[in-house]
Amino acid sequence: MNPLLGKLTLEEIPYHEPIIMGAVGVALLGVLAIAVVLQRYRLWGWLWSEYITSVDHKKIGIMYVLLGLVMLLRGFTDAVMMRLQQSMSLDPNPGYLPPEHFDQIFTAHGVIMIFFVAMPLIVGLMNIAVPLQIGARDVAFPFLNSLSFWLTFSGAMLVNASLIFGEFAKTGWAAYPPLSQLSFSPDVGVDYYIWSLQISGIGTLLTGVNFLVTILRMRAPGMKMMRMPIFVWTAFCTNVLIVAAFPILTVTLALLGLDRYVGTHFFTNDGGGEQMMYVNLFWAWGHPEVYILVLPAFGVFSEVVATFSGKPLFGYKTMVWATIAITFFSFVVWLHHFFTMGAGANVNAFFGIATMIIAVPTGVKMFNWLFTMFRGRVRFSVPMLWSIGFIITFTIGGMTGVLLAMPGADFVLHNSLFLVAHFHNTIIGGVVFGIFAAINYWFPKAMGFRLSEPLGRASFWCWLIGFYVAFMPLYVLGFMGMTRRLNHYPNPDWQPWLVLAAVGVAIIAVGILCTILQIVYSVWKRDQLRDTTGDPWDGRTLEWATASPPPIYNFAEVPRITEIDAFANMKANGTGMFVPGTPYSDIHMPRNTAAGFLMGIFSLALGFGLVWHIWWLVGLGAIAMTGALLVRLFDEDIAFIIPAEQVRETEMRRLEGVGQP
Amino acid sequence: MTILDLPEAHSLHAKQHPPAHEDDAELTEKTVFGFWLYLMSDVVLFATLFAVYAVVGRSYAGGPTGKELFDLWFVLAETAVLLASSVTFGFVTLAAQDNRKTATLAWMAVTFAIGALFIVMELYEFHHLIAEGAGPTRSAFLSAYFALVGTHGLHVFTGLLWMIVMAVQLARDGLSATVHRRLGLLGLFWHFLDVIWIIVFTEVYLIGVL
Amino acid sequence: MADHKTEHLPGAGASLHHYVRGLILSVLLTGAAFALVMTGALPRNATIFVILALAAVQIFVHMVDFLHIDGSLEQRWNVYAALFAVLVVGILVGGSIWIMFSAHERMMPGMIMTPEAF
Repeated sequence: MNPLLGKLTLEEIPYHEPIIMGAVGVALLGVLAIAVVLQRYRLWGWLWSEYITSVDHKKIGIMYVLLGLVMLLRGFTDAVMMRLQQSMSLDPNPGYLPPEHFDQIFTAHGVIMIFFVAMPLIVGLMNIAVPLQIGARDVAFPFLNSLSFWLTFSGAMLVNASLIFGEFAKTGWAAYPPLSQLSFSPDVGVDYYIWSLQISGIGTLLTGVNFLVTILRMRAPGMKMMRMPIFVWTAFCTNVLIVAAFPILTVTLALLGLDRYVGTHFFTNDGGGEQMMYVNLFWAWGHPEVYILVLPAFGVFSEVVATFSGKPLFGYKTMVWATIAITFFSFVVWLHHFFTMGAGANVNAFFGIATMIIAVPTGVKMFNWLFTMFRGRVRFSVPMLWSIGFIITFTIGGMTGVLLAMPGADFVLHNSLFLVAHFHNTIIGGVVFGIFAAINYWFPKAMGFRLSEPLGRASFWCWLIGFYVAFMPLYVLGFMGMTRRLNHYPNPDWQPWLVLAAVGVAIIAVGILCTILQIVYSVWKRDQLRDTTGDPWDGRTLEWATASPPPIYNFAEVPRITEIDAFANMKANGTGMFVPGTPYSDIHMPRNTAAGFLMGIFSLALGFGLVWHIWWLVGLGAIAMTGALLVRLFDEDIAFIIPAEQVRETEMRRLEGVGQP
Repeated sequence: MTILDLPEAHSLHAKQHPPAHEDDAELTEKTVFGFWLYLMSDVVLFATLFAVYAVVGRSYAGGPTGKELFDLWFVLAETAVLLASSVTFGFVTLAAQDNRKTATLAWMAVTFAIGALFIVMELYEFHHLIAEGAGPTRSAFLSAYFALVGTHGLHVFTGLLWMIVMAVQLARDGLSATVHRRLGLLGLFWHFLDVIWIIVFTEVYLIGVL
Repeated sequence: MADHKTEHLPGAGASLHHYVRGLILSVLLTGAAFALVMTGALPRNATIFVILALAAVQIFVHMVDFLHIDGSLEQRWNVYAALFAVLVVGILVGGSIWIMFSAHERMMPGMIMTPEAF
C-alpha cells in the first residue's frame, strides 16, 4: 500500500494473460487509429466544438449511440468467448478460459450490455428523437444533458480500465454478497463495478429528470399529452421509471461499498448483516430497469409500424394506457427474480400473479401493432423487418417469461439456461431489435444520409437467424438441467446444443459485421444516399418536418399542433413545408461548454482513485469536479442569439434544396 | 448536406453571436419543476435507507441497542435547531421576495449558523458513539443508523456549502433572476431536509428506544 | 411582494403567517411525540401508531407552510410527482418488509432477528 499509488502496482497489469493483453492491444490500436485520422484531417477543433463541448441533444444523442455501439463490440466479444469455452469444455476438457477469467467475462458481459450498451443506446435514441417529436428546440437542461453523457462515458471507461489495471468483478452482473464482499472478493473487481455504476448512474438519473421536464413542459402549443407521438409516451414512462428506481441502485451499491471500504455490516455474514436485503433491493431497481430498456423499444416499433404501414397506429389510447399499466406494474413484480430465496408461499404467489398480469398490456400492444399492419400498405423496409422480427421473437420470450412467473416452475428453472434464454429472448428480441430498427429509421434524420438497405437486410437476417440458432438450444439445455455460468460441465448430452449455440453466435457476429460495413459503406457513399427532403420514409411525426440533419435550432417556427400524427396531418392539409415569407424571429440557443466533459473526466479520475485507494486522486477529482461546476454556475454567458436573418437564410437554403422557390 | 460536411454549422456558431437571456419565467418554472423531481428521487433514496433500517434495525449483534445509546433530549435539541433553521430560511425567502438584499444575506447567515450548529451536534453525537465502541462497524443496526443519519447530515452539509456559494453570488450579482431562482431551489432543498428529519427522528430515535 | 422575477418561485405563496403557523404546529407535534415516548404514557404499539400519525401530520404541515404546496394548477405536476413518489416508497418499504420478514420466518432458529420491524 503506497501513498502515491494506493493499491496499484505494476503487477496489476496482466502481462501474462495473452487474451487480455490482446484485447487491450486491439482497443489501444483502435484509439490510435482514430487519433491518426483526426490528426490527418485536422479534426481536433471540429471534434471539440461540434461534439465534445456540444449541448445539442442531437449531437449528444449521436455520441450516446456511438458509445453504445462501441461497447457492444466488447460485450459481444465476451459472449463469443463464453460460447466458445462452453462448446469445448465438456469434462475433462478444461476449455481455454480458466474459471477466474471466465467469471470476469460473464460478469463484464452482463454489466456492459445492460449499462453501457442498452442504456446509452436507449438514452441516445430518446435524445435524438424526443425534442424533435414534440416540436422543441432542445431538452430542458442542455448542460445537464452533456454532463449526463460524459458521466456515462466515464463509467464505461472505468470498466474498460479494468482490462488494463487489475481485474473486473467475478460475481455476475448483480454482484450478490457475500461473494461481492471483501472476504470473498478481496481484489478491486467489485470496486470497479461499484464506482462505474455509481458514476454513470448519476448521469442516468439526471437524464430522467431532464426528459421528464422536457416532455411535460416543452411540447409545442396544442400538443396535449394524448396528441404526443407514442415514442414520446414511452420515453416519458421510461424516465418516470428512471427517476423512481435509480436511487434504489445508488443506495444499494453505496451500502455494498461501505461494507467493502469501511467495514460496515449491511450485507456481511457476521455482525447482523442481511444479504437477502441486497438481493431484494437490487431487484427492486432491477425490474424497473428492464422496463426502462424495453419501453422505448416498444415506442420505436409503434412509430415504425405505423409509418411503414402507411396508417395511423391502431389503438393509440389503449397503447398509452397499456404503457402506463406496464410502468405501474413494473414496480410490483421484482420478487420474481428471487422466488427461490425463501419467502413464503403468499409472497411468491402475489408477485407471481402480478408478473403474469404484466404480460397482458404487452399483449394488447402486440395486437395493436398487428392491427396497424392489417389492411395497411406495408413496406418491408429495414426498420419494418426488425419490427416483424421483434413481434415474433419477443412474443416467444414473453411467453417463457409467463412460464417462469409461476413460482413452482421457477423453482426448477431458476438460474438454468432456460432463464438465460428467456431474458436474452426479450432483451435481444425487444431492446436490440428495437435499437436497430430505430438506428435505421432515424439515422437519415440525425446524419443527413440513409444507411445502405442491402447491408441492413443482411444484418437483420443474420441477427434473426443467429439469435434463434444461438438461444433456442439454451431453452432445451435449461430443461435438460444445465445451470448458467458453468465454466465446464460433465454431461455429454449438453455439448451438441452448446456447439449449435456457438454457431448461432457466429452468425450474429456476421450480422454485427454487416452493421459495421453498413455504416462504413454508407458514410463512404453518403452523397448517393443523401436525404434531401428530410422525410425519407413519408413519416407521420414532427421530426420529419425538419431538414436532415436539422439545423441547430430544430424548428425555425414552433408548429401549432391540432391532432395526433402532427406531420402526417400537415402533409394531408398541404402545410408540410414551412412557407417562405413566414416571419422569422431571433432564436435563443444555449452555448457549448466544456464543463460537462471536464466534470466527466474528473469523475473518471475520482472513480479510478476510489477503486485503487489512491486518496489524493480522489480528493483532487472531487475538488476539480466541484471547481468545474462552480465555474459553470458563475458563468453569465451561457446562451446566444441566432439572428432572424440567419434563420431565414438557413431555411431558404433548405427549401431551395428541396426544389421549392 | 450531411452531418459530416456541414460548413454552415460553423456560421451558426456561438462565438460570433451576442449573448442572450432566456425568458426568465419559463426557465424558473422548468428549473423549479426539475429540482422538485430530483427531490422526489431523493425521497426514494432515503426510503431505501429507511427500508434497510427497518429490516436490520434490531440486528444488534450482541452490541448496544438504541435504547442504550440514544439521548432523546439531545435529539429533541437537534430537532429544534433544524426546525429553527427552516423558519429562518423562510425569512430569507420573504426578504428575497421584497428585494431586500442585505436582509436576505443576513437571514442566510443566521440559517447557516444554525445549520452548522446542527452538523456540529450530529458530529458530536457520532464521535461519542464511536468512542463508546458503537461505531458503524459494530453491528448492522449501527451501520444502518450511521448510513441513514449520515446521509441526511451529508445533505445538510451540502446545503451549507450551497449557502456559501449563494452568498457569494448574491453579493456579486444582487437579487438577479438567476439568484432568485437558485435561492428558491435552495429553499426547497432545505425544507425538504427538515421533512426527512421528521421521519428520521420518529423512525430511528423515537421508535428506536421503544 | 412577488414580482415577475419571483412569481413562479416556490416561495411566491409565502408569507410570515405561514412560517409562524408552521413553526407553532411543528413544535407542538414534535413535542407531543417526544413527550409520549419519554414518559411512556401509552403502551408500546399505541405509542408507535400515534407518533407515526404525528409525523405524517407534521410532514403535511411542512408541505403546506414551508414548501407552499397549495394544490394550484401550476403545481399540479409537482403534486402528482409527490404522490407517485409516496406510492413507490410505500411499495418499496412495505414490500421489502413483507418479503424480508417472510424470508426470516423461514430461517433456522438462532438466525431469526427480533420480530418487531420498527
